[in-house]
Formats: sequence, C-alpha cells, structure tokens
Amino acid sequence: MGTESIIARCETLFEDIDFQVVREWKAAQQGRKVVGFMPVYVPEEIIHAAGMLPMGILGGGSDLEVIHGDAFYQSYICRIPRSTVELGITGRLDFLDGMLFPSICDVIRNLSGMWKLMQPKVYARYFDVPQNYQDDVGGVYYQEEMQELRRDLAKLAGHEISDEAILGSIGIYNRHRQLVRDLYALRSAEPWKVPSTEAYLLMRAGMLLPVEEHIEMLKGYLAAVELEDKPRRDNCRVIINGSFCEQPPLNLIKSIEMAGCYVVDDDYMLVNRWLMEEVSTEGDPIRNLADAFLHHSADSAAKYCTKKEEVGQYLLDSVKKNSAEGVIFAAPSFCDPALLERPMLADRMTQHNIPHISFKYAENSGQMQPIREQAGTFADSIKLWS
Amino acid sequence: MSADIQTEVIKEASMLKQKEMIARNYDELTSTAESGRKMVSTFVPGNLNELINCFGMLNNLPEINAINNGMRKKSGAMIMDAERAGHSEDVCTYVKADIGMMSKGNIAPNGKPMPAPDMLLLSYTGCFTFMKWFELLRHEYGCETVMLQVPYTGDGVITDNMRQFVVKQLKEEVIPAMERVSGVKFDIDRLRENLARSAKAEDDLVWVLESAKNVRSPIDAYFGGVYYIGPIFTAFRGTEDAVEYYRLLRGEVEKRIEQGLGPITPEGDMDEERYRLVVEGPPNWTSFREFWKMFYDEGAVVVASTYTKVGGVYDLGFRHDPERPLESLAEYCLGCYTNRNLPSRVELLEKYVNEYQADGLLINSIKSCNSFSAGQLLMMQEIEKRTGKPGAFIETDLVDPRYFSAANVKNRLESYFQMINQKRQSTKVA
Repeated sequence: MGTESIIARCETLFEDIDFQVVREWKAAQQGRKVVGFMPVYVPEEIIHAAGMLPMGILGGGSDLEVIHGDAFYQSYICRIPRSTVELGITGRLDFLDGMLFPSICDVIRNLSGMWKLMQPKVYARYFDVPQNYQDDVGGVYYQEEMQELRRDLAKLAGHEISDEAILGSIGIYNRHRQLVRDLYALRSAEPWKVPSTEAYLLMRAGMLLPVEEHIEMLKGYLAAVELEDKPRRDNCRVIINGSFCEQPPLNLIKSIEMAGCYVVDDDYMLVNRWLMEEVSTEGDPIRNLADAFLHHSADSAAKYCTKKEEVGQYLLDSVKKNSAEGVIFAAPSFCDPALLERPMLADRMTQHNIPHISFKYAENSGQMQPIREQAGTFADSIKLWS
Repeated sequence: MSADIQTEVIKEASMLKQKEMIARNYDELTSTAESGRKMVSTFVPGNLNELINCFGMLNNLPEINAINNGMRKKSGAMIMDAERAGHSEDVCTYVKADIGMMSKGNIAPNGKPMPAPDMLLLSYTGCFTFMKWFELLRHEYGCETVMLQVPYTGDGVITDNMRQFVVKQLKEEVIPAMERVSGVKFDIDRLRENLARSAKAEDDLVWVLESAKNVRSPIDAYFGGVYYIGPIFTAFRGTEDAVEYYRLLRGEVEKRIEQGLGPITPEGDMDEERYRLVVEGPPNWTSFREFWKMFYDEGAVVVASTYTKVGGVYDLGFRHDPERPLESLAEYCLGCYTNRNLPSRVELLEKYVNEYQADGLLINSIKSCNSFSAGQLLMMQEIEKRTGKPGAFIETDLVDPRYFSAANVKNRLESYFQMINQKRQSTKVA
C-alpha cells in the first residue's frame, strides 16, 4: 500500500465527525467500551488494559457547525470546549462510556464538571497529574491517581485490570511510541518525504484507531515512504509550538508548508509522544508509568517548569536536534497555557538568536492568506538574512 | 454616570481599622531593606499566611496589588505596557497588571517602591494561570520559588491522596524552603497559635456573612463583602489584628440588625431592600463604585456571593484546626471555591439562593478568569432549573477598564430587575 492510500484513509477518518470507525469497533463485539480523552495526556495503557478503546477527542474541527456549544461559552473562551460540547449535545459522542479531562487548563478542567452535569450517565473524570516531580511526593500522588482511575475503569469494564494486562499494554504502547518517534525522526531528516499534513493526519488517525491497528498503519507508511520519491524544496526548517490542545485547521498546516516552511517538529497530539523513553514492562506497571511521567515526559506549557533556566529548554533542544532555523508560535486564541508561556519562550529564542514569529488561530479559522503571508515572509527572512 | 457618585465615602469603624491594617502592611512591605524582614509573594486562594507568619516573613499578594491599581485607575496603562512587551491580549489582566506594575517601578499604594520578593510561593490552587504567572515572575525576579500543588477536587470530594500530597509538599518542600529563606526554624506550636486565631476570626466572618439571611439584610455580601473578606483573605489571617477586626465588624452588624438597618454603601445606609441577589464571579475593580451604585440605586442587595469564598469556604463548616495544623492547611487549600468542581459550585449556589431567600442569581462573568468563567452559562441554567428563580449574565473584567461598559451593564441589570418583578407578579397570580 502506498502512502497515498494510507493518507486517504487518514483523511476519511479525520473528516468523519460522527466517528464511524469507533462506532464500528464498539459494535463489532458485545460489551466493548470506549473512553474518550482530551489533550494533553492520559495513560492510555490503563484504558487499553481494561479492554477498552481510548479515543482522543480534539474538538470538532473546522467543519462542525457549532450552534449549541456557543450557548455554553462566552466569546472569550477558546473553541475546543464549545465544539466538544456540540459533539456531545448532537449525539456524536453517544457511544462513549467514559470521558477523561486531563489537567491542562481551567477550561478543560471545568468542562469535566460540565460533562458530569450534562451527561450524568456517562463516567467522567478530571484526570490530575503531578506538577511536582519528586518520586516520593508527586510520584506517590500520581500513582494513587492512576490507581483510582484503574479502579473506576475496572468497575466500568466489569472486571479487574491486572498488572499483567497493564504491562502488556505498556509493551504495545512502547512499540507505538517508537514508531511515532521514527516518523518524526524521518520527517526531521527528510521533511520533503513526509509533508506536515501527512504526519498530522497519521497522528490524528491514532486518536481513533485501536493502537494495534495504528501500529500497522505507521509501519505501512514508514515502509511506503522510503520507496517514494518526492521533490526536495528550498524550504526553511521550522518548529511549530503552542498547538498542543485545540488543533489548527488542516488548511493552516498546509499553508505553513506551502509558504516555504518544512515543519521539523511540532506539539500536535503530544499524547502520542508524551512518554519519551521506553516504559519498563516489568514490575509494578503503575509505578513504571509514574516514573516515565516524572522523569521522561514531554514538556509543554501545561506543565510547571521547576527551574527558571529550564523554561523553554525543550524547545531549544528541539531546535538543535532538528536543525531548525526558526520557531512559529501558533496558539489557539484564548489558550491560557500557550499564550502565558509564549513570552518566556520567545525571550529564550531571542537570547539564542533563533528567529520566531507568532500568531493565533481557532480550529475553524477560515482565512489562510494572512497566515501564508506571515509564514512566507518569515521563511524568506530566514533564507535571506539568517 | 460617574459624576453622580458622591465623593465623600461613609466609613464604619471596621473599615477604618482595615484601612490602617492595610496601610501598615504596605509600609512593612516597602521597608524590608531597613527591617531586614523577608517577603513572600503568594496568591490569595490557598495562601498560607499562618505558616508564612511562623517564619516572621511578610506576605505580598500580586492579585491585591492589581486590585489596588485597578481601583486607583492605574491598571489600564500597566496592562497595555505588558501587552506591548509581548503578553497576549487574551490572558488574565491580573498577570498583565502585575507585570506592567513592575515596568512602572513596582510602586506600592503608599507611593514607595515594592522590593523584589525573597521567595515566590506558588500556591497552585484553583487557577491554572497562577502556575504560569509565577513562572513569569520568576523570569523577572529569579528568586527562590516553591510550588505547592493543590489538586483540583474533580469529583467534589477531598481524598486522602490529595490531602497527603499537600501535607507532604508542605513538610518536604514548602517549610524547608521557608526555613532556608528566613533563617528561622519552623515552630509547629507557633503555627497552632496562628491557626487558633484564624478559627476565631473565621467564626465571626461566617456570622457576618450569614447575617444576610435576615430579610432586610444588614450587609451587602458582594460589594461590602469584598471589604469583609479583606483581612482574612490576605496578610492578616492568623493575626490578632484579624481577630479584632472581625470582632469589631460583627459588633457593627449586630447593631445594624438591632436598628433594622440595611447595608452601608459608600453613600450611607441603603434605603429599601427591593431585590435580594446571589452573585457568582469576581467584581470589576476599575469601576467598582460605579458598579456598586447600579445595585444600591435600585435597592438591590447581594445576600450571598461566591467571590467571597475564593480564599476559603468557611460557611460550609471548615475552620483552620490547631490540632491538625498541616492537614488543616491542606484542607483549606483544597476547599477554596474555584478548586471545587462545577457540580459542587452549582450546589453551593442553589443553597445560597434558597437559604438566603434570593430573588435570583446574577453572574458577573470575568473575561480574565477562566477558572471562574468557563461553565458559568451552564451553572446559570442549572440554578434556574433547580430553584425556579431567574438568572442573569453580565460580562466585565477584573482590572482592565476596556472591558467595563457601564451602559451595557446597567441595561442588563435594569432588565434583570424587571424580570424579577414580572416573576414575582406571575407567582402571586399563580
């Protein structure tokens, strides 16, 4: 199978705001359950070990007409909660057996309570993570949070979730994360072979498909892409930062590339890459997941940075590792984490003479010309003067 | 409209006492170079004033500085300075007012420059923005920063895991950092004494707030309420000053009840009580008196508010407990209003509407504060459904004068009062 057909499938999945593929998975076997989760991270392994499908919910995208959702939010609140509410009210998420709202910002946090009020029959949980990275402090707290989630999911599943099952799931997700890292590494090395839109659509497919199926998809893509020849352009190499929650429209991702930028790293769907090293498949699985979270997890604005000198270090490291020539701060309008962090990151980039620009978007932004012009000018300025 | 506001403000003895306390505190904060005392910057919700006092340190609260600057009409320029420096127009204006204040010399209300803090104590309670705010402050000051993560009570309950997590952070991170910065060894007995004083003051505060259950309320629990919570939410909880202030305040309110008086306003005693409201959300500070006047001119009294619970929900029974000092501090932090999940907030509002015999719920939705604001429209629908009382929604901001449109707010309020009247008439007919 060539990349074209794989990406075509991903595109179909991306465009389907009724989530037919998930409905079919659930209907294929009696008793199957689906647990949705929002950005930025949940330990999918525990859901998977319960025999359930973890499903990433990233808002309604650019094509969903939000009517009901707008009645729940003021104009100064980002779009992802309103389109998620729209998905809920219109029955597009009626197959969900549970919903997790990870600790990322106050809006998603409060949405957890709204979900409890609006969907009282569906299991809904605010999933907290530690901002303290000491094993005996934040680690102990986080292990118990995961144990609570495990108990809740066991109740939902109607059976215990054994250590062995979680260790098995960790092994599967390790393979998945490795393939995701391989894809990102390939795109960084040869960005003309892996256009940003393709990498993005592949990652989005992972939000809906069972992990085993997504592993096969990634393997297929990585094998196919090696066999294909795509023209190399004189684009500049940039990193996208700030898009870890509400997603930009696909056209925006395309526009940046068309403006002359190869995206060599991004923070879309960090859940796929949150744990950055292989998680141990021996011993206590909950402890292993906690260790990985505390010591080997991705950085983002949703996390507290314990030391001043470490703020933005992950971005500097990424610039170096990926030989990036510039950073595009692309954050959703009204996104507290990304927009509050941006001045610190921008300062850090300036200190290191790394060119950067910033703009805001919403998941339904329609006008791409200004973005294309801004990104194009940025790319030109890098090519001409950096 | 501003021209109609009487310039001479009527003040009660407790107000004068509080004014003196605040002035003294600012003088102490701005004279640390002479006194050698260390200063901790921290936040109102989940503040650990009793603990900070144990180390002889002073407590500086950036939100209160922003409020002060808002009320003195200085915050607008500060916010615009911060925006020019790269801070987004979309984010919290407390943060930008604070950062803009720095760029203007960090001048305290007493006209003296505020020294750089010796320690940033990030009490990460009920507001995500706090976390990034203190990262931004650390970016500027580079002083010792300690984080106290307070888990959000997503299921509406405080679990043992949450409590133990907070206690462990206090023992292993916060207290050692305070010892390091202050050079003073932690004395748990001193903490117990402070907590005992807190509990005394809390008893009187709750009595004062609950006095609004009287029909002809002797207080306004929102506009007046922000003064009543001042000492206990800021640098005075656990001090003898706070105990005295609340004793004094309670005495004044008792007298008002005896005399059948309504709330005191900046223009004197309020006349007839025509509407009893519960208010959700913080007030606007840049036009505070103008905003308040829109209520008392119409005879509208706020009988309960959630903003006055943002630094501690004492009317549900919580008291700082000297017998369980650290656990009690943990439970205080965990129980602050915005750290409660939405269903719990709805339950509290429902209880207020019923127990305070309110005519309805008014939400002042604040652009800056997603912690409060996200979900408020659903909360309003729930309250209307559960109580049968009408709700109304206005939008302003904390300290950004660009987001206070007096005409719009007044129109909405007038419509709301008409709605309440119609509801009363229809109830009578039925």
